[in-house]
Amino acid sequence: MNEELINLLNSLVATATPLVIAGIGETITERAGVVNLSLDGKLALTAMAGFVIAVLTGSPIIGLMVAMVVGGFVAWIIAFADIQLRQDQVAIGFVLTLLAADMAQFLGQGFTGDPGPVLPYMPIPLLRDIPVVGEVFFAHNPLVYVSYGLVFLSWWWLFRTRAGLAHRAVGERPEAAFARGTDVNRQRYLYTIIGGMLVGLAGAAYSLAIKPGWTNPPAMRGDGWIALAIVIFGGWHPFRVVFGAYLFAGLRALTSAIQRTPDIEIPLVLLNALPWALLIVTLLLVSSGAIERLLRALPRPLQKSLRGVLRSDPPAALGTRFESK
Amino acid sequence: MKINTAAFRLLLTLAPIALSLVITALLIISIGQDPVAVFTAVWEGAFRNPAAFAGVVNFWIPLALCCMGLVVTFTAGLWNIGVEGQMMMGAIWASYAAQFVSLPQPLLIGMEIVLAMIGGALWGLLIGLLKTRFKVNEIFGGVAMNGLANIIAIHLVSGPWREAGSNALATSPFPTESLLPPISNEFPVSLLTLVLAVVSIIGVTLALNSTRWGLQLRAAGKNPSSALLLGVPTEQVSLSAFMVCGALAGIAGAYRVLFTFGSLRPLVSGGIGFLALLVVLVVGTRPLWAPAVSLVFAAILAGSTRLRVALQLDQSIAGVLQGLTVLLVLMGNGLRARMTERAGSDTPDVAPVTTESPLKRTEAAAHE
Amino acid sequence: MDIELRHVYKRFGRVHANNDINVVFKGGRIVGILGENGAGKSTLMKILSGYQPADSGDVLIDGTSAVYRGPQAAIAAGVGMLQQDPLDVAAFTVLENFTYGQARGLSNRDARARLEQISRDFGFDLDPDLPVAQLSIGQRQQLEIARLLAQGVRTLILDEPTTGISAQQKALLFDALRALAHDQGMLVLLVSHKLEDVQALCDEVIVLRAGKLVGGLTMPATTAQLIELMFGQVLSIPPRPDVPMGTAVLQLDNLHLRDKRIRVEALSLQVRAGEVIGLAGLDGSGQELLMRASAGLQRVTHGHIRLRDTDITHAPYRDRLHAGLVFSAAGRLEEGLVAGLTLMDHMALVMNQAAMIDWGKARERSQAQIEHYNVRGRAEDRIEALSGGNQQRWLMALLPAQPAVMVLEQPTRGLDVDSAQWVWQQLLERRAHGTAILFSSPDLDELIAYSDRIIVFFAGRYYEVRDARRATVEQLGRLIGGQFEERAS
Repeated sequence: MNEELINLLNSLVATATPLVIAGIGETITERAGVVNLSLDGKLALTAMAGFVIAVLTGSPIIGLMVAMVVGGFVAWIIAFADIQLRQDQVAIGFVLTLLAADMAQFLGQGFTGDPGPVLPYMPIPLLRDIPVVGEVFFAHNPLVYVSYGLVFLSWWWLFRTRAGLAHRAVGERPEAAFARGTDVNRQRYLYTIIGGMLVGLAGAAYSLAIKPGWTNPPAMRGDGWIALAIVIFGGWHPFRVVFGAYLFAGLRALTSAIQRTPDIEIPLVLLNALPWALLIVTLLLVSSGAIERLLRALPRPLQKSLRGVLRSDPPAALGTRFESK
Repeated sequence: MKINTAAFRLLLTLAPIALSLVITALLIISIGQDPVAVFTAVWEGAFRNPAAFAGVVNFWIPLALCCMGLVVTFTAGLWNIGVEGQMMMGAIWASYAAQFVSLPQPLLIGMEIVLAMIGGALWGLLIGLLKTRFKVNEIFGGVAMNGLANIIAIHLVSGPWREAGSNALATSPFPTESLLPPISNEFPVSLLTLVLAVVSIIGVTLALNSTRWGLQLRAAGKNPSSALLLGVPTEQVSLSAFMVCGALAGIAGAYRVLFTFGSLRPLVSGGIGFLALLVVLVVGTRPLWAPAVSLVFAAILAGSTRLRVALQLDQSIAGVLQGLTVLLVLMGNGLRARMTERAGSDTPDVAPVTTESPLKRTEAAAHE
Repeated sequence: MDIELRHVYKRFGRVHANNDINVVFKGGRIVGILGENGAGKSTLMKILSGYQPADSGDVLIDGTSAVYRGPQAAIAAGVGMLQQDPLDVAAFTVLENFTYGQARGLSNRDARARLEQISRDFGFDLDPDLPVAQLSIGQRQQLEIARLLAQGVRTLILDEPTTGISAQQKALLFDALRALAHDQGMLVLLVSHKLEDVQALCDEVIVLRAGKLVGGLTMPATTAQLIELMFGQVLSIPPRPDVPMGTAVLQLDNLHLRDKRIRVEALSLQVRAGEVIGLAGLDGSGQELLMRASAGLQRVTHGHIRLRDTDITHAPYRDRLHAGLVFSAAGRLEEGLVAGLTLMDHMALVMNQAAMIDWGKARERSQAQIEHYNVRGRAEDRIEALSGGNQQRWLMALLPAQPAVMVLEQPTRGLDVDSAQWVWQQLLERRAHGTAILFSSPDLDELIAYSDRIIVFFAGRYYEVRDARRATVEQLGRLIGGQFEERAS
């Protein structure tokens, strides 16, 4: 396999990593029935926080941890405003996304363009020597491996543990969870904060690894919205979320690769528009029930095996508030 | 406990604003600056002379236009996050006329405004169609359409419409007769759009309160399935709301290119559409407050442009202050509701209930 | 196990839902809890099963005072309740639903074995790996009962368990309940307004009226005795005046309809002016599809719908409304009325089509209708502030005075006997002037009492009972269960 393609795939995996981590974080939150719309601003804020702290302390690890705390705190605001103060999740999330973006810009202005510490390149011994696969997947910074772990961990947690049953039940039918002794709102706090911390990790993954440093405007602007869309595209399932993240990242990599190749003449505007157009098409397919219709047109046995892969119902209680007295 | 006096209520209303000022001040201190100097600079930036105040009005006009559009979509129960893209499209369509049409000035300007309204309305209609026909949630549809609008603008100013021989991402300055004339050099504000903004405030208020369309918007916004059974053409009503908002946002976009910049460039909206969403969130069910809150936010925005000159500071502190204020006001509203509820504890005990959010409604509908 | 309630009080606002309830339930018995809508049965059972706390009073289990918060704590104390709409998670499999909530340490394999054993014991038809979304209501009830039993419940409370399940499932359920009470010594409490169920199953009954315990009977007791205890009088269904039928106003011609679960094929039906057609069937058997297709809320895959001479197959509801077809959905506040709007707003919406609203006129008309329909509320009140009965009245006041066809989903759902009779009085009045009525109801007596013809649906198939007056509850019950072949007429 040619060197250039392997490099391309390697960088694809790297650039998809923040999207994967943020997507898994949001999946965890939405599975509990809470929408965190603040992703886009939060990625910027946590990227800034992680970078600035890493510069100040000289430790990217402390930077990562602070970014996670910031991400968790912002997510806590949404849960608190929703559960305790009965404010619309969507409204609070939207305000927070703008607020966080501006705050990142304001607090980070002294560090714009500064050099800073980055996470070390840490290929995994043995695994990296597997031809192609090793070079594409196991020659990265540690956060990339964390993202692999997160995908499997979140899948195992959601679909293979008793606690995962309660987690999903809270997002599907909180009344049923309540009837079985689950403290619905405590679970929602928990998973909103955990999801927020992962988004924080994703933010720091930009500024400390993928696109090191802090710029104005931030390098990841718009990615938070993409991550939100990827969760829908992924049908709230970790494996499909990963697939979506790689797909979007791949598209982007393709765009820049074609830009560098002078002999392919595709108007730039089309390439740049492609992610957004794909987002619309994805939403169209998922929301309009086209997938369901497509499934029904297939022969029965195929239908049954594909349904598990393509099913994309949102958690039934997503965005609703639960109150018990 | 009985603490429910008028003074206490006033305190609860003012507390979020005070608190957001305090937090903003702390943030300014945290980067080693003097908050008093910053606030003074912002104040001076907004009010030191008529020209500075004209700057405030220049932000107020597009902000108020977008706000009144968003009042319409919110009433219809729609989260029109696509308002930024609608502004952008308004700007693009107006720029087309400004560059390529030659007419006497009044006619040309009229044509620019009308084209901007059409452009914004069509862009809004697309989001509406995605929602009503294909059940695509308008928040995500709107975000995607914003992205597309930006890319179209970047494409135009970097390619077909680019100023010959220039490296900047912008069209060449538009001819003077295509631009909106200022009232005077001392008070550079476009009278025409100022009037249009005021008309939109009056028009939207009247339409919501005393027309059948306004009542249908309210009914469809609160409960589309019931509204349908009461004879409301809910789909048309939603689409019309998107189009009205898009048209008003289109004027706002035209204003930015035909007055503020004098040429088309990327990100021409300057975040004003999103800011308008914040304003409408704060005023909630009292749309008449929108122009007033817009004025305060416009003053902060205009004033903060002075920060770079006076203190070499990024003007994003304006967004921080605005965002914090909205966040804390919303949370304060929730807190107040809880307290009044506790004070009058005669409310019925409820069994477990879940409450619907706008996001939920569309996603549920998407899976029928 | 025995349960004793002492001086239980519960108030909702100004309504006394439970007013000093004192009663003893003995283990090994099946006790029916009777009463009309709003009598306080459900509230009392929710207190017992931990879903709601009482304002005051004590619950004693086997003589010792039991204080628990939440349904899981009640289950731990041995009391479990099967809700009318089973509290399960549709996206989970049967096994996941069964396992979720069980004590920690129960392995998946043990849970599966336990579920299979309970299913065998009671003849339940539960595939552990099927998603609950694909189960019938009867199966979902079975699953919930299995779960509660596995959690060690010794008192089982059932809220209207026979609504929406088939005759076979009902027989199965009743056998299971008898076994639990009479063989295993459990206490079974059955909340129901269906007297035939109570008579078939219960050892004794208690009756609530307006929040108070008004008496009890040991079974067997006659229907007349039960009714007298419930209502304080014997009710009679008002006589139905004969109305000459006119020409066909609504014609359904070879309709094909389908949704996620079922299909209705080749359905043809003519509804004549002044005719009342009742639609029977378990929830989701096809009657909803038919009504919603008539209203334009359900896509027609094939076939035609004609209103008088106009083809309206693909017309939106609004056009049908203007042409004289009215649809009213089962859930009033979800589909029909708009919470947040005032009575006057509603009136202004339907009054006329002028672009500007004449609020003075809207108020005038609202006040006139409030008086005429005896609505307890003011024109400026928001609709959600009204009681269910008054909301129903306002909905009636909003309808056109003399539509050609009314399509009504469960027009008396959630109404007490008085309000239900009032609704029918209004409907029959319109019918007398030639309005055709197409309605559905889970209440077989209501169907027989008011219909000229009854169409019974089962799994998308349908069967027509031509003379509703001569139909019996037993016959309809069999048909609803899908036994079309017997053709008892």
